[in-house]
Amino acid sequence: MAGPKYPGFDTLALHAGQSPDPATGARAVPVYQTTSYVFRDTEHAASLFNMERAGHVYSRISNPTVAVLEERIAALEGGVGAIATASGQAALHLAVATLMGAGAHIVASGSLYGGSHNLLAYTLKRFGIDTTFVSPRDPENFRQAIRENTRLLFGETLGNPGLDVLDIPAVAAIAHQAKVPLLVDATFTTPWLMLPFELGADLLYHSATKFLGGHGVAIGGVLVDSGRFDWEASGKFDTLTAPYAGFHNMDFEEESGTRAFLLRARREGLRDFGACMAPMTAFQILQGVETLHLRMPRHVENTRKVVAFLDKHPAVEKVIYPELASHPDHELCRKLLPKGAGAVFSFEIKGGRPAGKKFIESLRVFSHLANVGDAKSLVIHPATTTHYRMSDEDLKRAGITAGTVRLSIGLEDAQDLIDDLERSLKAAMK
Amino acid sequence: MNFKVDGKAAFAYTAAHELVPDKRTLVFVHGAGLDHSSFGLQSRYFGYHGWNVLALDLPGHGRSAGPPLPGIAAMADWVFRFLDQISVPGKVNLTGHSMGALVALECAARQPARVERIALIGVAYPMKVSDAFLDAARRNDPAAFDMETIWGHAAQVPLRGDPNPGMWMYGDTLARLRRLAPGVLYNDLKACDEYQLAGSVQCPVLFVLGRRDIMTPPRGAAALQEKLADSKTVMIEPSGHSLMAEAPDATLEALAGFFRR
Repeated sequence: MAGPKYPGFDTLALHAGQSPDPATGARAVPVYQTTSYVFRDTEHAASLFNMERAGHVYSRISNPTVAVLEERIAALEGGVGAIATASGQAALHLAVATLMGAGAHIVASGSLYGGSHNLLAYTLKRFGIDTTFVSPRDPENFRQAIRENTRLLFGETLGNPGLDVLDIPAVAAIAHQAKVPLLVDATFTTPWLMLPFELGADLLYHSATKFLGGHGVAIGGVLVDSGRFDWEASGKFDTLTAPYAGFHNMDFEEESGTRAFLLRARREGLRDFGACMAPMTAFQILQGVETLHLRMPRHVENTRKVVAFLDKHPAVEKVIYPELASHPDHELCRKLLPKGAGAVFSFEIKGGRPAGKKFIESLRVFSHLANVGDAKSLVIHPATTTHYRMSDEDLKRAGITAGTVRLSIGLEDAQDLIDDLERSLKAAMK
Repeated sequence: MNFKVDGKAAFAYTAAHELVPDKRTLVFVHGAGLDHSSFGLQSRYFGYHGWNVLALDLPGHGRSAGPPLPGIAAMADWVFRFLDQISVPGKVNLTGHSMGALVALECAARQPARVERIALIGVAYPMKVSDAFLDAARRNDPAAFDMETIWGHAAQVPLRGDPNPGMWMYGDTLARLRRLAPGVLYNDLKACDEYQLAGSVQCPVLFVLGRRDIMTPPRGAAALQEKLADSKTVMIEPSGHSLMAEAPDATLEALAGFFRR
């Protein structure tokens, strides 16, 4: 007798979380553009509010269209469930706010998206949550920074801007020895390139704005829980294991075990902070998720061609991509990212700021904007945009130079991308 | 709520209520490898609707200390020792799922004077377990978790929505199973496989069965249904073996209707 078999990734990307609409038979996920849901009677209303029945009450807490996206991403990641949020930043904030309050401490990779760095370094500090940033290149750095009040280890699967590959198995082991979870930002890798839970991470989130959507039309985030971290055994998470006066003295872990984190995040985090996803946004991101397994291989294939071109170009100082032997995490990349190191990378153009400026202005296919993970190829020159106030010294501390250019490789004809780059590099060297 | 039975930690979810002598008591007993939270919605409902609720973690499961008990009879005896320990007055009602249904059945047979009614969810008798499943569990092979997860739900589950918004039923089952100590799932499956009802059951019995149950197909309950003098059956059409998760409202309605009398 053949053993049981799970549906494959491609099938889940198209079907998980949704059956044809029971009311109309609609095959596509309907957009339930509604704020609220009529109760059958007062008893039904009371039992929904008191979590004695499953269902929807108010779209800030849950919505049928958003729930399909949440379940689908949870299925692709192998989690117990997910919560969709207004943005990737909202997902990070929801994770932190669910786990800890003032007086707590986070150990985070120093190689982070600027928005995440701002939240941890400045904003959360104002609310009493401190973060120590460490180089992710040596997992032991995380261990050295752990304190008695540390409640979370955090990093990106592929760090910003140097594409440091987070050694998830090693960092997760350090986190678990300290009885705290590891949260990863998996935006650059998506579940098609890497399954962080299989490597030991406990929680993850995506900026769904990027590859999950892929079309660049909607801002959103998704926070996923593996359900594997034992909050009760840890003893460090009162928000999940002690009665909560804000919800009928519910002890979330006692109530729901593996679902405790998501239950609190939804019932408190979405209720009180309110950074929920709109149903139309969920619908738009779902359109992207349904082709994720087709788009990601092409993203990687195009990226490899562009990287190979730039790596040999005389106007290029260096290319920073973990699949190259010159990258310090090359071996780790081969181990953790066998399907590819994604489609976002940077290179250094010779000639500093003026060359970078000229290069950007000469591009015709690449779009100059502040985003990544789109089906269209994107480019940004940090020294003249996101980091334009910084001196060359400050740029160096941030891990970039005046000549650093970040590319997000899309799905166009790879030769057109190479031609565009070649012509613009030539212009920049004049 | 934390208790002590046989000098060891024993846990029962009480829906955040103290036990009150003048309320009827409903005991929930979970299935193989699971814990009290598999009855999350249903046990909470009864706790907030006038019942003393005790959703147990059997030894070696959830928050109750191990080791797991060897056999359904031992589990039934432990349930009574638990009730003795906390001095639950009068007769109790029991709801069991899968292995827990066998425990409820055995409780009713062993001490009929203490049991008012029992509800058996996702039950078959005999509850034979395939050699491949037992063997994988004995070896603590993760394939056993996959078998429990996939056979434990209707085939349609991975391609349809979870009634709980945003949750992924397969992932949740796997996460629960991965928390088990080695050997616990094998212990439970072996207990199901070897169980034989020795006595007779006289109290009213409710069967709650899933039409699409792969693990314990509805026809597997027929022999038991014939054996019991006072039983009724609620068949839940779209559900597989995990009725409390797959069809939470329909399961709750069936239980509420049965125990309301």
